[in-house]
Amino acid sequence: MKEFTPAPDSASIVSVTDRVKPVALGMAVTSLHFLGPRAAFVGGEENVALVDAKGEITNVAVHSGGILSTASDGKRLIMGGDDGKVVSLDAKGEVTLLATDPKRRWIDAVALHADGAFAWSAGKIATVKSGKSEEKSLEVPSTVGGLAFAPKGLRLAIAHYNGVTLWFPNMEGSAEFLPWAGSHHAVTFSPDNKFLVTAMHEPALHGWRLADNRHMRMTGYPGRVRSMSWSAGGKGLATSGADTVIIWPFGSKDGPMGKEPAMLAPLQARVAAVACHPKNDILAAGYSDGTVLMVRLEDGAEILVRRNGTPPVAAIGWNAKGTLLAFADENGDGGLLEL
Amino acid sequence: MSEATSSKIPVTVLTGYLGAGKTTLLNRILSENHGKKYAVIVNEFGEIGIDNDLIIGADEEVFEMNNGCICCTVRGDLVRIMDGLMKRKGKFDAIIVETTGLADPAPVAQTFFVDEDVQKNARLDAVVTVADAKWLSDRLKDAPEAKNQIAFADVIVLNKTDLVNKGELAEVEARIRAINPYAKLHRTERCSVALADVLDRGAFDLDRILEVEPDFLEVDDHDHDHDHHHHHGHDHHHDHGHGLKHYHDEDMQSLSLKSDKPLDPNVFMPWLQNLVQVEGGKILRSKGILAFHDDDDRYVFQGVHMMLEGDHQRKWKEGEKRESRLVFIGRELPEEAIRKGFESCIVS
Repeated sequence: MKEFTPAPDSASIVSVTDRVKPVALGMAVTSLHFLGPRAAFVGGEENVALVDAKGEITNVAVHSGGILSTASDGKRLIMGGDDGKVVSLDAKGEVTLLATDPKRRWIDAVALHADGAFAWSAGKIATVKSGKSEEKSLEVPSTVGGLAFAPKGLRLAIAHYNGVTLWFPNMEGSAEFLPWAGSHHAVTFSPDNKFLVTAMHEPALHGWRLADNRHMRMTGYPGRVRSMSWSAGGKGLATSGADTVIIWPFGSKDGPMGKEPAMLAPLQARVAAVACHPKNDILAAGYSDGTVLMVRLEDGAEILVRRNGTPPVAAIGWNAKGTLLAFADENGDGGLLEL
Repeated sequence: MSEATSSKIPVTVLTGYLGAGKTTLLNRILSENHGKKYAVIVNEFGEIGIDNDLIIGADEEVFEMNNGCICCTVRGDLVRIMDGLMKRKGKFDAIIVETTGLADPAPVAQTFFVDEDVQKNARLDAVVTVADAKWLSDRLKDAPEAKNQIAFADVIVLNKTDLVNKGELAEVEARIRAINPYAKLHRTERCSVALADVLDRGAFDLDRILEVEPDFLEVDDHDHDHDHHHHHGHDHHHDHGHGLKHYHDEDMQSLSLKSDKPLDPNVFMPWLQNLVQVEGGKILRSKGILAFHDDDDRYVFQGVHMMLEGDHQRKWKEGEKRESRLVFIGRELPEEAIRKGFESCIVS
C-alpha cells in the first residue's frame, strides 16, 4: 500500500468545491445515471429526481415501493422494484411499464442492451425481452445476484451462487456455466468482450477470461465491492471497497493475472462509489466520509470536489460527453459540477 | 456500543418444527395493538394468511462463505432482502424472519454476524422457538432439526399445552431443559404469550448479557411456594426433590463452567478462540461473563458456532462477586477437555 497522503483539506490539493452546484434532493439516493442532458438520481423508493445542469429538479414517480435495481444506456433508465415491476424512464421523464412479475416478486436485477433489449430477474429466473420477439426466461440454480449483457451479440451473464451462467437467449440450450464457489452479485463484461468480472459477497472480485475461462482472483479488499466502473477504452476496472480506489489492469490479454492493481487517491475513509470519465483517463470517487475527488489515472493527481465531514457518498456518475459530474450522498444532498 | 445498537433495526428469528404454531405466533405479533410496523420475511409466500403490509417471500438459500471456515454458512437470500429493505428504512420498526420448520437457525444467526452491510443496519434480537407440547418429545427423538431449534433458542414458546396433561407437560419441559436450560420458557395455548416476552429481548446484545443462569419455571404444581430460580449448574443431580425428572440428552447438551478465581486473559482468549475453531461445528451457542486477573471490568462474550464477539462490559460493582461463568450448548461436547482447558486458564 502507498503511504498515506495529506488530507484533501490541506493546501496542496486543487479544489473546485466552490464550483459545485448543490442539489437538495430530499431523499436517500441509491444510484444515479444520466439521461441525455439530465442527471437521474434514483431514490431508495418510489421516485427518481431528474436534474438539469442548472440544478432544476423534476421528481418522477416510478415505483410504488423500494427501487432495487437500475441500468441505463444514457437514453433510458430501467428499474426493478419490490412492487414486482420493471419500468423504464426516458430523458423526457416519461415512465413506461415494461413487465410485471405475476407473483409480485422483487425484481432483484435488471440489465439493458445497447440495441434496446432488456433483462430482469426475480428469484432464480432471468427473463430477456428483445425487440418484438417474445420474452425468454432461464432458471438458474439459485437466486440471481446480478445481470449484464455482453457488449457484442445478445448474450446475458447471470450471476448467482457458485458461479455465472452465460446465455444466448435466442439459442436453445446455449447456457454455459462458469463455476466459482461463493455468492456472486454484480457482474460486468469488459468493453472488449474478453473478460467477465463479478463482485462477490465476500470482499473480492472474481474474473474469467472468456477465451479459455481461466480464473482471475482479485482479493485484498477490506469491504465488499459495491461499485465498479470501466475506464475509457476498458483498460482498467476501477472499484470501491478499500481506502484507495483499486484499479485492476485489463489492457493485456492476460488481464490482471499476476499483476498488482493501481491504488489511487488514498484517504482514511472507504471508497463508496466510483465512476470513470467516459472519454479521458480520469475517474471520480466518492468516499464514506463524504469526500468526492477527481483523480487522474496516469499519476493519481487529485482534485477536490467535495470536502469530508459530509454524509457518505451513495452514487456518482458522468454524463456521456464527460462535461458534467453528478454525485449524491446517503442523506439526499447532491451536487453537479460542470467542467 | 449501546447507542449504535439501539439505532439498528432489531431482527427476531422465529423458528419451530412443522405445525408447532409459528404462524399463529406471527399473526399474534402482527395483530396486537402495539403501534409498531414489522417487515416480515416468510418462506411459504402466499400459502398462509398473514396480514401485513411488508411481507417478503424468501427462498431459504444457504451458502458457504469462501473464507475457509466450514461453519460460515449464511442465508444469501437474507443478505439480499436486507439490502432491499434498507432502501425503505423508516417504513418499519423491526423485522421478523420466519424460518421453515426444517431449518437450522445457525445460518440465519450467522448472517447477522458475517455480513458487513447487514451488521451495519440490523441486529439479531433473539431466536424464538415455538414447540408443540404434544409432539416435541417425539420430534426430539426423530428430527435433528427440532433439537437444533431448541438448543439454539433464546426464548421457547411451549405451545398447545392444553393438549397434554400435567405429567406430559413436565416430561416435555424436562426434555427441553436437558438440551437448553438457559432459554426463557413460556407455556402457552394458541401462542398467547406477552409480546414483551418474545420481542426486544436483546439476547445477542453484549450489554444485556447480565446473567448466564439456567431459567427454571416452577416445575410442579404442589411446589409453587418454593423458589425454583435456584442455581442449578449442570451437576447431574438426577433427583431434584421437586419431582423434576432430569433427562440427559444423548446428543445435545449444555455445559456450564464457573470459577470464583480470576482468569488469565492471555491464556483464556487463545484457549477460547482455539476451542471454537476446533469444536465450533459442535458448539451451537456460547456465552460468558468473565472476571480477568488485574482487570476491574467485566468481560462478556457470546458466540454462534465459530463466531465469537466479546467486549469489556462495565466495571465490577462494589461487593459484586467476581465470578466467571461460561455456558456452551452443543452436540457431543468434549466435556472433560473443555473443563480441563478452562481450569488451565485460572490464575492460581
